[in-house]
Amino acid sequence: MHLNGADPMIPSPPGFTCDEETFRVIEVTVMTLAVSGGATIIAGLIGIPLGIYLGMKRGRLFLVIMTLTHTFYGMPPVLAGLLFYLLLSRNGPLGSLGLIFTPAAMILVQVFLVTPIVIGLTASAVGSVEKSVLDTAITLGARGRTLLKTMAKEARTGILSAVMIAFGSAISEVGAVILVGGNIKWRTQVLTTAILIETEKGNIEYAVTLGCILLLLSVVTYSILTYIQARETGMKIRLRRKGSKPGRKRG
Amino acid sequence: MNVTVDNIRKMYGDVEALRGISFDLESGELYCVLGPSGSGKTTLLRIIAMLEKCDSGMVLYDGCPPDDLIRDRIVMVLQKPVVFKDTVFENVAYGLKIRRTPREEIDDRVSSALELVGMHGFEERWAPSLSAGEQQRVAFARAIVLDPSLLLLDEFTANLDPAHVKVLENSVLAYLKKEDSTILFATHDLNQVKRMRPRIIFIKEGRVVEISDPEEFLTSAKTEEGRRFVEGEL
Repeated sequence: MHLNGADPMIPSPPGFTCDEETFRVIEVTVMTLAVSGGATIIAGLIGIPLGIYLGMKRGRLFLVIMTLTHTFYGMPPVLAGLLFYLLLSRNGPLGSLGLIFTPAAMILVQVFLVTPIVIGLTASAVGSVEKSVLDTAITLGARGRTLLKTMAKEARTGILSAVMIAFGSAISEVGAVILVGGNIKWRTQVLTTAILIETEKGNIEYAVTLGCILLLLSVVTYSILTYIQARETGMKIRLRRKGSKPGRKRG
Repeated sequence: MNVTVDNIRKMYGDVEALRGISFDLESGELYCVLGPSGSGKTTLLRIIAMLEKCDSGMVLYDGCPPDDLIRDRIVMVLQKPVVFKDTVFENVAYGLKIRRTPREEIDDRVSSALELVGMHGFEERWAPSLSAGEQQRVAFARAIVLDPSLLLLDEFTANLDPAHVKVLENSVLAYLKKEDSTILFATHDLNQVKRMRPRIIFIKEGRVVEISDPEEFLTSAKTEEGRRFVEGEL
């Protein structure tokens, strides 16, 4: 890729030529995957166990937390960005951490935005597992962590959907990361913020290229999700032999 | 396991599901809680299985109040077949793995349990893809593989076709012969009682109406309600 007559500036490995624009595309894509992937992993570590626990409770606490998580679903990302900007900026209560305009700040704000999604969807997935499954596991001796593991396994498609949707949401987010990340070239620029700045600069061709990569990432993410969901539903008949588990021989 | 059910009561909102139920179960015997739909059979079994608590009264197991050790010796098979999203082998081995049974012993015991229910060779099949009858047999094998001291079966042949009913009933009787386990099943099916010949605990509207031997109950029930149930009037 060679746009706007940019000269090669970045040293390339032997046998590989790479101009600045190409390198920037790679760098921005890697940064996007690192920030959104990191945020999704952290949100998963927090949200999945909490969501499973809430899904199993199905009581008043479940309703209260679900109401809260649903409220957070609708939180405008730019508002979350503003909140974290005020917290992390030099004069803010957490300013001494020096996180403002760093990828860490971007991850933090994305964790804040997508964790409710993981909690809510995981709790719904576990809550939709029939109570008879929970009763059966208990009567067979499952307690504590074993019970959580069993419920996670039973609701695994829903939990995976929660994680993929959270990643999809994180990767397409722009308002919050631009506020706390600052959209600094080579440091905190991700695909969405780069598209924004390049469009403003009139580099439409470059912005479209970045947009295509963002779209490709979304397509890959949701294709994996759709494939996994299809395996667990009626479409499994077409994807694998009836009555057998993928990758295992039939008895 | 000897079980003493002493005056247990259970309310669901304003509805009194159990109204002071008492009876004793002796070790190694086959019992049946018989009664019309809505008489409290499932609630009673769930309380004995420690899946629910009663509002008053108590259940004693070998003379002791319930605890985690006793709970591990009781298994209940629910009315609706429940299988985990895994292979038949993993389903049947589930409780053994929780109890940290050695791998070789798990293989042997799973194989024996599946043989008893006529499902040898199904080990690697994906359990949710089996028919309802096969799934219920897996659920039964998963229960008996643990050699429970008390086995509770809630309408375990409901919604199954006659061939599967026969296989499961024979499996229960074969298991009873083989192990010194107390078995209590709930049913409203008199034909099942005729075939399996359990000692009968007849309940209606949350109360024990009579406790009888099967022959006695079927030919000359002690109570008017028992006679009316046999006649198909309840």
